[in-house]
Amino acid sequence: MLNLDNLSVWFGGGRDRVDAVRNASFCVNSGASFGIVGESGSGKSTILRAVMGLIPNWSGTISVDGRPVDKKREKSFYKVAQMVFQDPYASLHPRHSVDQVLGETLYLHGFSDIDHRVVKLLDDVGLGAKFRFRYPHQLSGGQRQRVAIARALAPEPSILLLDEPTSALDVSVQAEILNLLTDLRIKHGLTYVMVSHDLSVVGHMCEKLAVMQDGKIVEIMDVETLRRAKASHPYSQELLAASI
Amino acid sequence: MNLLDVENLWVKFPTRQGVFDAVRGVSFTLGRERLGIVGESGSGKSMTGRAILRLIRPPGIVTASQISLEGDDLMVKSERQMREVRGQRISMVMQDPKFSLNPVMTIAQQIIEAYRLHNKASKSEAYAKSVEMLEAVSIRDPERVMRAYPHEMSGGMGQRIMIAMMLIPNPEILIADEPTSALDVSVQRQVLSIIDKLVTDRGMGLIFISHDLNLVADFCDRVLIMYSGRVVEVCDADKLRDAKHPYTRGLLNSLPRLDSPCGKLQVLTRDPAWSDAPSVSGRV
Repeated sequence: MLNLDNLSVWFGGGRDRVDAVRNASFCVNSGASFGIVGESGSGKSTILRAVMGLIPNWSGTISVDGRPVDKKREKSFYKVAQMVFQDPYASLHPRHSVDQVLGETLYLHGFSDIDHRVVKLLDDVGLGAKFRFRYPHQLSGGQRQRVAIARALAPEPSILLLDEPTSALDVSVQAEILNLLTDLRIKHGLTYVMVSHDLSVVGHMCEKLAVMQDGKIVEIMDVETLRRAKASHPYSQELLAASI
Repeated sequence: MNLLDVENLWVKFPTRQGVFDAVRGVSFTLGRERLGIVGESGSGKSMTGRAILRLIRPPGIVTASQISLEGDDLMVKSERQMREVRGQRISMVMQDPKFSLNPVMTIAQQIIEAYRLHNKASKSEAYAKSVEMLEAVSIRDPERVMRAYPHEMSGGMGQRIMIAMMLIPNPEILIADEPTSALDVSVQRQVLSIIDKLVTDRGMGLIFISHDLNLVADFCDRVLIMYSGRVVEVCDADKLRDAKHPYTRGLLNSLPRLDSPCGKLQVLTRDPAWSDAPSVSGRV
């Protein structure tokens, strides 16, 4: 479903050049859930942003659904892949109501039965129609993240890129959002790529994961290996030790 | 001998909808130990920490039967007398170093200021002492760090500088308000072990405020669990896993575990009775 081959991302140029991601390659099968872990600055979010076309400077190949993407994404790309951002307090427009946020997304993707779809999206993420005309400041962190997930689901994508979807939330709310994501994946047959610094969250949600350090993927393993604490790379072992 | 004795602490904020009680009748004592306060956001744990230092500004109202520091009641002190308590006897490490360090002062200026405010010392003495303190929080190349500005530091380094600055006046109590939640897992442990070492070496009391149950269970001696402004349970940290209160159990069960995979996580169902019952006392 998603294939990265030799992806490199850099910022700046000349003396100030920073290589944020270096030769990252992995593939995610359709319907699978793939995790990326690492400390801050290791380039895990940058990979997601590069896939979504939010970063101009990258090289290598990104193919989605078997087709390599161009530097400039086509509109049809965003019908396949959508992203949920880390901070629900920053990713919703403070002066747009939930209805506007979802309605605009649906309009831009050329849906006609917007009214009906907004209600359906809100039901899907467990909020219900009574939240339709609220503004972000009238919602709690968990409710906001649900709206952000509804917005990502609006174009009916097959891949969701999740950038630390629960790191700004309390543990009790985190459990609700993770359960919601699990349900949605089963219901819509979604493919997930999830970035997190929390190994236990990735262990709960994903089947395979990549460990990143300094812009490089140092190890790709499945969750069974993680559970049995049998990581082979010293950095992954260190991460494991720090999070148990 | 208790360092700190807090009895029946209330923090109230008048709003248009009536008075909002952020902290409701919290009592606890602190000896030379590590006391953890855990709870969700909005449970009043940070407010408790700030109320002890009398950092809550009007229109917020703080009332308590007593907040005494070694028999010295903090509630009756004037603002000027409080300034001698803050930093000198009780100091506080805040959550995010980005907001608690002064962006237009070098690290040297800030640490030296903290030291000279409470000690009569010449500049060069204060400088030497500051470098020593930075070394104690395991900062490599302290001389360079002293010349730097806060934006040149990473989050982990900034937090260690904050700890150095808070410990340099040698307080009796350190209040750490989520000192590691802005940091990476790998750096978290480092910062915690530094706090731990300094607290044990100096025989200080530590109040450790956090939302991370596992961290508190590992790191503290005794834990208060707060829910909507009151303490619902007090237990020893090593017995946190056998906690009785449904709220604590709910929080523990909602954490994903690496060693025991499950299809669905348990979701906390809140019982309104939890917030109505009176606060459990954490006094020894």
